[in-house]
Order: sequence, then structure tokens, then C-alpha cells
Amino acid sequence: MSGANHSHVEQPASFVFTPEYLARAQRIIAKYPPGRQASAVLPLLDLAQRQHHNWLPRAAMDYIAGLLDMAPIRVYEVATFYSMFNLAPVGKWFLQVCTTTPCWLRGSDEVMAACERKLGIKGQQDASFLHSADGQFTVREVECLGACVNAPIIQVNDDFYEDLDGPLTEKLIDALRSGQVPPKGSMKGRQHSMPEGGRTSLTEFAAKTGAGED
Amino acid sequence: MLQDKDRIFTNLYADGDWGLKGAMARGDWDGTKDILAKGRDWIIKEVQDSGLRGRGGAGFPTGMKWSFMPKKSDGRPHYLVVNADESEPGTCKDREILRHDPHKLVEGCLIAGFAMGANAAYIYVRGEFYNEASNLERAVQQAYDAKLLGDDACGSGWKFDVFVHRGAGAYICGEETALIESLEGKKGQPRLKPPFPAGVGLYGCPTTVNNVESIAVAPTIIRRGAAWFAGIGRPKNSGTKLFCISGHVNKPCTVEEAMSIPLKELIEKHCGGVRGGWDNLLAVIPGGSSVPALPKSICDTVLMDFDALREHRSGLGTAAVIVMDKSTDIVKAIARLSRFYMHESCGQCTPCREGTGWLYRVMQRMVKGQADLSEIDMLEEVTRQIEGHTICALGDAAAWPVQGLIRNFRPHMEQRIRDYKAALTAQAAE
Repeated sequence: MSGANHSHVEQPASFVFTPEYLARAQRIIAKYPPGRQASAVLPLLDLAQRQHHNWLPRAAMDYIAGLLDMAPIRVYEVATFYSMFNLAPVGKWFLQVCTTTPCWLRGSDEVMAACERKLGIKGQQDASFLHSADGQFTVREVECLGACVNAPIIQVNDDFYEDLDGPLTEKLIDALRSGQVPPKGSMKGRQHSMPEGGRTSLTEFAAKTGAGED
Repeated sequence: MLQDKDRIFTNLYADGDWGLKGAMARGDWDGTKDILAKGRDWIIKEVQDSGLRGRGGAGFPTGMKWSFMPKKSDGRPHYLVVNADESEPGTCKDREILRHDPHKLVEGCLIAGFAMGANAAYIYVRGEFYNEASNLERAVQQAYDAKLLGDDACGSGWKFDVFVHRGAGAYICGEETALIESLEGKKGQPRLKPPFPAGVGLYGCPTTVNNVESIAVAPTIIRRGAAWFAGIGRPKNSGTKLFCISGHVNKPCTVEEAMSIPLKELIEKHCGGVRGGWDNLLAVIPGGSSVPALPKSICDTVLMDFDALREHRSGLGTAAVIVMDKSTDIVKAIARLSRFYMHESCGQCTPCREGTGWLYRVMQRMVKGQADLSEIDMLEEVTRQIEGHTICALGDAAAWPVQGLIRNFRPHMEQRIRDYKAALTAQAAE
């Protein structure tokens, strides 16, 4: 469930999709059979969040309820059930730190500590969304992100940064702050989920295509 | 050890192009029209004969599941729904298929969908997999452009559409009926069964929900023959399998191996061994967070398949192997899973909604040792009150890790409690 306290958030008075986003919304609605347009509610809420600085205001929920001919309460219900909808503003860089057991075993405590050190967010432990003083960063501890063999990981907006430790997390934050966004994936330069240091399978295939190892 | 020639997911590490050209060079979409021409019954029989069991966790025979779909439509459309909501802690295998081998899944959708009389498939991808879903969407578009999908898919005369649908962050949507609810635009709360989805599923229509890996291996099984797949692994546990090995190994990785490979061989061959050596092993969760952890004594010899792990009162689950060495506070490791289930409970059934929070709170005390020895039995008793008393298996999944901890690591818990009491006594004496 979304943990943001949204009852005191300053809400915009209205929300509409831009023509570009509206066209995307229409393409999404067309994926579902006639009369089943409510199926589009998750993707449309996601679109609205993308158009609105990565958070979802109440007006957007009402607007989508109108677009999909749903009762507004049904849309609120959905928006508050799923964890990816931010019901309050977040920073330009939204860092979701996975701390579930596979990441924890590989040092997610150090990753979290590095975030606290670099962003001055320690002491806000009671809140589930932690904001840096400059408002550029929001950190949230999340459940398993599904990249466990590349643990520990942080999701930054849409991208996974993997194989982290304390120093690499600091490096990542510095890079984001300076606008030098590093390539997504392993921060240690390993090739996806291959064992570090070299493959133990698919050797023939690699040779055939001529693709080398990292 | 499985040889490369028997590996299905040859682009697991993105050595080649994941798009249509690369996929065709790897053998995908080869003679799909001829496969469809053999008919529904032949395809289902082939998958049944291969011994393929569902790769999403439960291990139900895939071909049999397909055969449950009505043979003739009563006017309602049939749907194939692919579960790509990969969220079970430890599991990250479908991610590799979605981003590096999406055409295997797309072609599998056509073949499986055709075999169950469906003209459409929805692939429900967990929302966090933005980049993975994006590759998949592009693969689907490539397939339409090449007329592999659409009104006359592969020139077979069969109309088939594939739609990618992104979730928005809810573990429970990996449960098939919660996934269907979510796909219909609702909160992901599981439905009571019966009716089963094969009778009343998506939009009230006959529906089969399959895991990504189950669907993605189907085309290769059919091309190479049921006997080939059935010849790998032990009887009733056949085939190749993607294993994700995380935690305290030297080199965590995802790798395709033969079913029934010994756990020790899997870890030593592909992961550079346990951190600090095999004797430094404390425990392994062999199939994702929901299955009970096994102590080293069992890990020494256990085989990685459905039946062998079941014999040891654990399970293959999603084949997500979470390794813990002797430095691990295993009570804390399991308590963290209890927190996960508390967070992910959908809130529909009281035993799960209240019970998962209760488990986590008691587990937090167990981590400190701030408990009575008798509370271990009480904790076990409470897990029994959750297990089997809920609409879906999330309640069971929350109960099993704690049960496994108590069954296999009770002395750790007792020692923790005695240490805590001793520290209190010492403090009082000062």
C-alpha cells in the first residue's frame, strides 16, 4: 500500500492529459475489449504520474475516472492499493532502495546508510518517503524489486542500479546530482546476471556471435 | 551439467540482439505455421508428454492446465494470460526472458493461445520492470510488423493478438485470480475458487494463467520434441530450468541448468561456491521466499527439483536459491520476510491481514531474543492458524518460512532467548 500521507498535500485544481499523452491513453484503452475500458486504469494512472512530475494528484484520478467511465472511488481505491503511485510530490530523483532479504544479505543496510549520509535524510525514519533538504532526491525503502542476483539494488526513477555497496551508492548519488546519469544496470560493470568474472554457460553461443564478455 | 546445445535461453546474458532478427537467428519463429497446422490436441499432448511443470512456483503440469480449457467456445472468447508479475523475493528469471529473449515468450503465446482456442493473450508485467516491458512491447510490435501476429498469425489463418499490460507494484498480483482482478482494473484481491479461471476468468471468460518461463519454453519443446525435454532431469521433474542464485555465494547469477541438479553442484559450478567455502554454509532457501529454509545437512545432497525438495518439506518454487552463510542472523533474515508478507497482504482475509502483522511483531522480538521459550511453540501455532485459512496462498507463504525456521533452526532461536535473559540477569546484578 502506498505509504505517503497525502491528506495535507497541496493539490492542483485540475488535470488533463496533454494531446500527446491523450493519444497514448487512447492507444492503451484500445488494447481491451469494448466496455472493458476500466482495464486501462493502471496504465493511465501511470501515464498521469509521468506527465505530472512523478506524482499523482487527486484531480488526475478524477480525470481518469471520467475518461474510463468509472466511479471516482474505484480509481482512488486502485491508486492507494498499488505501491507505485506516489500520492505526494517526490524529488527529481526517486530512489527506491530494496531491503528485502536477498538484498539485505548482500548489504542493503550499507546502501541505505550511504543514502542517509549523502542526502541528510537520517532521522526521518518514521516516514516512508525521505526527502533531501534540496528537494532533489526522495528515498523510499521498498520490497523485492526482482533483480536479486544483482543485489543490492536501487531503482532510480525507471532504471535499476545493481551490484551496489556503500561507496558505489555514494558515487551514484554524486553522479545523479551532477547530472551525469550513469548507464543503468550493474555498477560493477558486470554483464547482466552472468557470474562476475566470466561465464559458466553459453560459451559456445558467445563464441558463435562474436560477442565478448565484459 | 547441462550442455549449451540443450539450453533454451541462449540469449540469457544478452550476448546477441534481443530483437526479431537475433531471435530468428537463434531459431525462434522457425516453422511456427507448421506447428500450428498440427492442431490443438497435438500441441497439448506434446507439452504433456514433455513433463513440463509450471515454472511459476506451484509446479502444476502445464499441458494438463491447457487441456482444462473448453474444447469449443460457447460464444465467450478464450484468453491466455501470462504472469510476468515476478515478485517472489529471490526470483529474477522472467526478467531475463522479458528483456533478453522476449520473442520466445511472444511465440509461446501464439502456440499456447492457439492450443487453448484463444485469440488474445495479455502479458501482465510487474510495474517496476519498465525497461523489460519496453523490450517486450517492441518485440510484440516487431512480430505484428512481420505478420507473425495479427489477423493471420504466421500465415496460419489463426487471428492472434498479444497485449502487454504493466502492473503497478503489488506482490499479490502474482496470484492468478488477483492478477485477473488487477487486469480488469481493480485492486488485486484474489477471488474464491471455484469457479476456476478455465471456466470463469478474465472478463468472465475461460482463461489460463501461465508463468513466463512455462510459455517461453513451449516453442523449443515442440521443435525439439517432448522426448528431448523429458530426457533431462528425473522423471516427473523433467526439463531445463532457470535458476537464480542470490545471497552469500561468491558469484550470484542466473543460469539455465538441468532439473534435478544437486544443489551443491549448482552453487559450486556456477556461483564460485559459498562465501568462505561449503562448510561455511548455514542455510539455503531453495525456491523463493515462500518455501522453508533448509539446513546445511540437507543442502549437502539435495537435488533441485519439485519432488526432492518436497520430500524435505520445502519446495522448488520459482527455483530462486537464496544462500546464507554462517555470518547470517537467520532469525533476522526470516523476520525480514515476515515484514515482506505483512506489507504485501492484500487485506482481504482476516487470518492473513492480522496474522502477517502478528508474525512480524513476534519475529521482531525473536530477533532480539525478547521472548519466552514457550512462545516459539505459540508462534508455530499461529502460523497454523493462518495456513490454509485464507482465500489465496499468501497466508501459506507467510507461514512457511517461519515454520521452516522453527523446524530447522530452533536451537538458534532458543539460544537467542537464553542470551537475552542472561544479559538481563547480569544487568540486574550490577
